[in-house]
Amino acid sequence: MAEKITIGELHLSGCTGCLVTLADNYEGLFKLLDDYADLVYALTLVDVRHVPEMDVCLVEGSCCLNDKISVEELKEAREKSKVLVAYGGCAAYGNITRFARGGQWNQPGHEAYVPISEVVDVDLYIPSCPPCPQQVRNVAVMAYLLLKGNDEQKNLATAYLTPLMQLAQRGNEACGCDLMYDVINQGLCMGCGTCAGTCPVRAVTMEYGKPNVNRDLCIKCGACYSQCPRSWFNFDVMNNYEGIMDAIKGAMQ
Amino acid sequence: MDVLGNYKSVISARSTDKDITKQSQDGGIITTLFAYALEEGIIDGAIVAGPSEEPWKPEPVVATTKAELLAAAGTRYTISPNLYLIKEATRSYGLDRVGIVGTPCQMQAVRKAQLYPIGMRDVDDKIALALGIFCMENLSYQALEAIVEDHCNQKMESVKKMDIGKGKFTVYTERGAVSQMPLKLIHKYVQPGCNVCLDYVANLADISSGSVGSPDGWSTVFVRSMKGNAVWDGAIAAGCFETKPMDQVKPGLDLVTKLATEKITKNQKNVDARKTFGLKADGTPKGLRNPYETP
Ligand SMILES: Cc1cc2nc3c(=O)[nH]c(=O)nc-3n(C[C@H](O)[C@H](O)[C@H](O)COP(=O)(O)OP(=O)(O)OC[C@H]3O[C@@H](n4cnc5c(N)ncnc54)[C@H](O)[C@@H]3O)c2cc1C
Ligand code: SF4
Ligand code: SF4
Ligand code: SF4
Repeated sequence: MAEKITIGELHLSGCTGCLVTLADNYEGLFKLLDDYADLVYALTLVDVRHVPEMDVCLVEGSCCLNDKISVEELKEAREKSKVLVAYGGCAAYGNITRFARGGQWNQPGHEAYVPISEVVDVDLYIPSCPPCPQQVRNVAVMAYLLLKGNDEQKNLATAYLTPLMQLAQRGNEACGCDLMYDVINQGLCMGCGTCAGTCPVRAVTMEYGKPNVNRDLCIKCGACYSQCPRSWFNFDVMNNYEGIMDAIKGAMQ
Repeated sequence: MDVLGNYKSVISARSTDKDITKQSQDGGIITTLFAYALEEGIIDGAIVAGPSEEPWKPEPVVATTKAELLAAAGTRYTISPNLYLIKEATRSYGLDRVGIVGTPCQMQAVRKAQLYPIGMRDVDDKIALALGIFCMENLSYQALEAIVEDHCNQKMESVKKMDIGKGKFTVYTERGAVSQMPLKLIHKYVQPGCNVCLDYVANLADISSGSVGSPDGWSTVFVRSMKGNAVWDGAIAAGCFETKPMDQVKPGLDLVTKLATEKITKNQKNVDARKTFGLKADGTPKGLRNPYETP
């Protein structure tokens, strides 16, 4: 077994749902930690006080500009990690913290919350609120292959991770409206219903075969658009779905 | 790329279950496979295009009995957003093994949900059987209404069956009338998203099926994945289907290949044309978004 990669979780203005999601892999998390990755930094799970060097840093939560420590830790994490991941809707898009107006107990002065890419460069996005245990697992396995694998595995991991890296380049604003702007308005929607099935707050319904977004319900997590097969669809990876799923399953056994 | 996708075998087949072939669109492949898989415990239920309050407007449902499968059999030439229920099927319906039927684009959505389960918690390993149906194009409900009521001059509620074949859209009414319209007139009604679709025979399904290539009442069946192969072998052993080798039926696989090539070539041109759709100030082309390149 090749050496493991190191992973950490930096907790900013998030609800800990992303961290719990990592643990929601149950035995899968143990397998990850046994064979592929050392968890070197994480609230509760690891007794390390200061941001260490790491291969992959999963950042949970948006960044509060009024909180000096958050800003410093985020910049330090950027400096000390090879791959910085916006883990979850808040880190990637602001999510529910977009609606912050300040005045909340016990830091009433904290009111300016931004997606982490306003403060640092981000390499990869894992959207949704909460994110999905299987998605962060897949990214962890692929990051391992990318950093420790042979050439073939590196190629696979690069192909797999590319769209999630492109999402990070696309921007840090997300909303159910993306389905209108970037799918329907672009003449790309074919009415599969994935967006409506994905939305964690059921803000999307299908009306006569097209999504309709209740914009007051939308928390801006970015799941619907990134899950939509017409936001991106990479045939090189998808055509090999059986092999990749078997490989991930095999890796987790 | 091969326009027919990866497959282990291709067969012409028809269900041996008369209750099913009475209701089904073609050879009853989809309904029979789900009924078999339910019976064998391969799936706990299947997401199919069930009936709704409006005539010929499908509503995705989770079918857990053969009766529910039968109520959803047959093709509705309008959108049934079956993926809408994919996560819900594992939640409020409590299914551990989900079956789903869908058009090629919906099979793409299933595989993306499994490989990149961004907002699809605990779904990836619960997809037990994904059955694809061939698809040239799809229509909004309003477009289907225009075709049936304006072009074919029939009321939606009086229609017993709709079918596409031999260059015609055909409507059969309960009282025995048959109305037709040339398929080429349909083009302006096709939903725009279909114009960039690069799959005709549901390449990413476990098993996919359509009428094209086989005689009337029979279906062409592609057995694609390991999972699909196991289910197909089981269904054959259980006597669910009559089969004929594909090279012994008319019009045969050549027609499937021809139509798939035509569709994909035309739509690839549409995808390419998006790159030079508009105009920049410096005189160079301005492109529309391309989902096959970047989000
Ligand atoms: C829009 C559309 C276009 C098609 N174009 C072609 C074509 O060009 N060439 C070809 O050979 N075949 C085409 N088909 C497939 C064909 O009409 C039959 O559905 C297929 O052969 C399966 O028939 P069957 O008797 O095996 O299935 P059945 O036993 O009749 O079962 C059909 C299953 O499909 C489901 N279904 C019905 N309508 C939809 C829908 N709109 N979306 C998702 N699921 C649905 C039903 O709920 C049922 O479970 C098309 C189907 C659709 C929906
Ligand atoms: S519509 Fe739903 S899935 Fe989409 S961004 Fe809003 S909350 Fe997220
Ligand atoms: S997921 Fe995308 S293609 Fe499917 S219905 Fe929603 S917007 Fe349309
Ligand atoms: S033509 Fe393609 S996009 Fe349109 S419904 Fe059929 S499979 Fe989906």
